[in-house]
Amino acid sequence: MLWACVLLPQLALDAVLRRRPDPEAPLALVGGPAQLRTLHAVNAAAAAAGLAPGMRLVAAHALLRDFAMVEHDEAVEARVQRFLAAWAYRHSSLVSAQWPGCLLLEVRGSFSLLGPWPRIEARLRGELDALGFRHRIALAPTPRAARVFAGLRDGLAIPHAATMATQLDQVPVRRACLPDGLGTRLQRMGIADLRSLRGLPRDALRRRFGLPLLEHLDRLYGQADDPLAYYQPPDHFDARVELGYEVESHTALLFPLRRLIGDLCTFLSIRDGGVQRFVLRLEHERVARQGVADGAAHTDVEVGLLAAERGQAMLFELARSRLERVEIPAPVVALRLLARQLPPFVPAARDLFDTRSQQQLPWPQLRERLRARLGDEAVYRVAPAGDPRPERAWRKVEGDAARIEAAPPRPPRPLWLLPRPVPFVEPGLPGCARLADPPTADMGIGAGSPRARAVGPGSPARRGARILSGPERLESGWWDDADTRRDYYVLETAQGQRAWAFAPPGELGGWMLHGWFA
Amino acid sequence: MAASVVALESLLAARTLWHAGRRAAIAADGMPTGHAALDALLPQGGWPRRALTELLLPADGVGELSLLLPTLARLTGEGGTVALVAPPYIPYAPAWQAAGVDLAGLQVIEAASRDALWAFEQCLRSGACAAVLGWPAQADAAALRRLQVAADSGACLGFALRDRKHAVNASPAALRLECVRGTLSQRPVWQVRKCRGGPAPAQAFVPGAA
Repeated sequence: MLWACVLLPQLALDAVLRRRPDPEAPLALVGGPAQLRTLHAVNAAAAAAGLAPGMRLVAAHALLRDFAMVEHDEAVEARVQRFLAAWAYRHSSLVSAQWPGCLLLEVRGSFSLLGPWPRIEARLRGELDALGFRHRIALAPTPRAARVFAGLRDGLAIPHAATMATQLDQVPVRRACLPDGLGTRLQRMGIADLRSLRGLPRDALRRRFGLPLLEHLDRLYGQADDPLAYYQPPDHFDARVELGYEVESHTALLFPLRRLIGDLCTFLSIRDGGVQRFVLRLEHERVARQGVADGAAHTDVEVGLLAAERGQAMLFELARSRLERVEIPAPVVALRLLARQLPPFVPAARDLFDTRSQQQLPWPQLRERLRARLGDEAVYRVAPAGDPRPERAWRKVEGDAARIEAAPPRPPRPLWLLPRPVPFVEPGLPGCARLADPPTADMGIGAGSPRARAVGPGSPARRGARILSGPERLESGWWDDADTRRDYYVLETAQGQRAWAFAPPGELGGWMLHGWFA
Repeated sequence: MAASVVALESLLAARTLWHAGRRAAIAADGMPTGHAALDALLPQGGWPRRALTELLLPADGVGELSLLLPTLARLTGEGGTVALVAPPYIPYAPAWQAAGVDLAGLQVIEAASRDALWAFEQCLRSGACAAVLGWPAQADAAALRRLQVAADSGACLGFALRDRKHAVNASPAALRLECVRGTLSQRPVWQVRKCRGGPAPAQAFVPGAA
């Protein structure tokens, strides 16, 4: 096995800086109790002004009047390390984030897939740079040796065990990552490097410094197995950005949103999955009002897609348009992105000889844009269904998955169907006199047929409507309380429209319009 | 002098200018309508590509869909997407399927009247659709021009179905067809009111005659 160690010297600072729109401005991570605030880490601009880690906050303010302060949080650091472990999982199946501030990858297994070590190393560095993390990388046959080498020199790669042993012998004890700060103690005792340490009798070492030191040495040189806690990728995505200030406008949320979506897309490509539904949670300041329980301390923005996607630009545009439709009820202090369902992603097949130009919007993207503004149910396809009743002989189909079956053969059907039948009155139709009685439904006469109007029993039908064909008896639905018995006719109106209307069985009158043969 | 001649030639070639009374060389690059008689009437030999076509109707259900169905059936059969933006009624799936439309390529978009124009323009502009049908009731000339430009940039067929009362207003659509009562039969016929690339033919298209 060959182990690569990615040492992240500024993990906490980088995790904060990459989320800030202005990483060049002076910034410091501040920790410690309220009475004794100290700087935990500073960025380059702050360091240039004389700030240094370990400095008291008061002293720092004396040196530099204006710099951004971010609370140092161990939990954030651990979460970022887990995120990076997920990223590293793309390059190796054995990843460990056991030790703070560094990642370990077994890379020999990846050679056949990703190429030799220099290529993998260049790849790791390129991607870490893009993610915005400072790093040092080294390679060695044991994980502990890789860790030690990464601390010594960036880019050191020693793939052979024998060379590794001779190189390790020269490592000063202080730099050998010995447990419990033993390095400094041993150095003060006059033990300069690992060779002289290993020259000492093991028994005496164990009695004086405890077993962990010997175990560390054995594992460092590969003389004992080194059991590591390997990283297991989670099956959901949950990331959170704390804003550090109160945000009340949408535009200020877009920058952290873009980072979150970017992280989500990185995560998805690692898992080779897509996302179909995720939640943007806008967290508000918890205000404990008197008598009112602070129940809704956050606003959820649901983003749902019809098909799994993982394109960063597209997901960002969708999340943005959904976010902009939401009213922000209270100042937002943190933004969280939760994705529980991560279905497998099937990339859309594109024909090499496709006549459409490629910069144009593909249909799924257009569909999501329409749904984002018009509502989730706004875009659908229609498919025939088996029921003979016209209003149930079709159904809506959402998404691309469902297959559309052929309709059973039936007499001609109209191209337009009215959402519900409306009374239909045309001069010249038999039985229109009956409609001098008030019709049962009073809606939509004008909508269905602009020229429809009631006529008296004796009115002349100059160029009146006539029956073209029919009747077609439909009698169905006794099983689901929507029993229908109708005689359908094809009618032609005075205007030349072809209507599909029905009458009660056996009668010619009481016409109800149900469709247009457009 | 030479420059002006070239400019004139290019104008003629682009069909922004034509000789009155002369049916000069017009590229018949239209999308076949599926009705041979209508193709023969139209100067481009079919629906103008990358453009908006306006159908002016006295009422719904006068055969406007039958006019378009051969085109829609062919486009969906080729795997293209046809979008219906805010249709006035339910497109009845069994009938569309019987007319040869592949329902897998037929997308229905429901929109309130104020969003319908936006959705219409988005569909036209995206280039994802082969043809888009819309019912812009309140569209004015500026809105129609937007639709025309969107159809051009999205390289798709746009069909705007509107009431006949708009026939008197000028329109930026490349082709305007009005549905009028035939003289011989009761069935409506289609009269070309405007077509890009030539004078509007006096003859009307009678569906089902050819």
